[in-house]
Amino acid sequence: MRRNMIKILKYEFQDIARSKWLIFYTMFFFLLTEGLFRLGGGATKTTMSMMNVVIIVVPLFCIILGTMYLYNSREFIQLLLTQPIKRNSLFWGIYLGLSIPLVISFVLGMGLPYILHDINSGEGLNSFLVLLGSGILLTFIFVAVSYLIAILFDDRIRGLATVIGLWLFFAVIYDGIILFVIYMFGDYPLEKPIIGLTIFNPIDLARILLLLKFDISALMGYTGAVFEKFFGSGMGMAMSLGALGLWIIIPLIIALRKFGKKDF
Amino acid sequence: MIQLSNLTKKYGKLEVLKSLNLKIESGKVTAIVGPNGAGKTTIIKCILGLIKSNSGEIFIQDERINGDCEYRENIGYMAQVARFPENLTVRNVLEMITDLRKEKHPERDEELIERFHLTTEFGKKIKNLSGGNRQKVNACIAFLFDPDILILDEPTASLDPVASSILKDKIKKEKLAGKTIILTSHIMAEVEELADDIIFLLEGSIYYEGSTQGLISGTGEQKLERAIARMMEGAGV
Repeated sequence: MRRNMIKILKYEFQDIARSKWLIFYTMFFFLLTEGLFRLGGGATKTTMSMMNVVIIVVPLFCIILGTMYLYNSREFIQLLLTQPIKRNSLFWGIYLGLSIPLVISFVLGMGLPYILHDINSGEGLNSFLVLLGSGILLTFIFVAVSYLIAILFDDRIRGLATVIGLWLFFAVIYDGIILFVIYMFGDYPLEKPIIGLTIFNPIDLARILLLLKFDISALMGYTGAVFEKFFGSGMGMAMSLGALGLWIIIPLIIALRKFGKKDF
Repeated sequence: MIQLSNLTKKYGKLEVLKSLNLKIESGKVTAIVGPNGAGKTTIIKCILGLIKSNSGEIFIQDERINGDCEYRENIGYMAQVARFPENLTVRNVLEMITDLRKEKHPERDEELIERFHLTTEFGKKIKNLSGGNRQKVNACIAFLFDPDILILDEPTASLDPVASSILKDKIKKEKLAGKTIILTSHIMAEVEELADDIIFLLEGSIYYEGSTQGLISGTGEQKLERAIARMMEGAGV
């Protein structure tokens, strides 16, 4: 099974690596990071500016590209399913075959400027590595979510509308809801419910991970402050990492099951 | 031989295949014909495992298909629409399928590749290939591993007359070699030329099953197209 998965991964990798979207994605991160460095920000400043870009752009790009890729590959997936390979192998092959090139592209685009500017130690490097890790986790999460949606909806318009809606929800609307809850129930102890709510939003989780790392949680948002106060930095980071891990695993398990039963 | 027994497939309330019983014999070309939406592609996809039936069983060479994938070692399939990853070359696509199947079939049957002169297209990316050439790649893949069973879904639909003749010659040749061949087509002249047996489907049920000659002579017509039209009139379609 694993051998077939790797074969599929290999060819999908070749396909994606030649795609102009991937080059665009790499260039986007490279030019923006490099630009911020040149505008006079040091490593930490650049990383903090890039943080807001990463947690918005990575989910958006991954969720849309993943959905489109799966819809465009439908006939090819059919053809592969008529070959003597298991559906599970095919699923893992096409999941990793898209996620890994996206991760490489992101790491290259973000990482090159740091290498060019010789950031190789200290706090600058640490924050950068945490940001890189968050971007990688978000890639795996949002490709998984996009595959789940594309498998659930046969109609590509509905599928695309759903993923864009999901992204808007996680990136924008969710914070609004949390603020609303805080505003409405300000008189009650809200820490636990807010922590509970945060776990359901991978973008918030990544943000918290970064805020705890930068030790500026109290300055930037309520949920970050609550996390810090409740768990302390170390425990808070471990909690959000664990929750992010679940955000990869759960959509993948559901998608894999649906993929196994789906009519093509 | 391929045997379907009480095969039923529903999409919600819509019953696409209604408890179908069917035998497809080895060494023959069997054509599945019928109006659009009759369930032709659904039958093919059930045999291939692309669609999961609601009930019923499928046997291939007396072995029941139960969700394994190994039985597909012996099947070559040509889909109606051919689409491959756009940035791969023709060579990449053939290599990929070969990679997946070469353990059991180290030898490739490259007759179609040669006769279609496809080697000149090997370096081209799929996205720069014409629809007809993509369909040629699709045909080559179906025949590449010398499978015992060939399933061809409207094989000549987007091929030019030359390519279409080459493909039909290949189908006849494989039939003589004892292969089981299933095809669907809307071109009755083609069915008449190739098929020994016909399965005529109407709304998910079998309306006629038997030899092509038997169908023509049974209706007293000269040509298959007229015979089918006569039969459809009789069925009130």
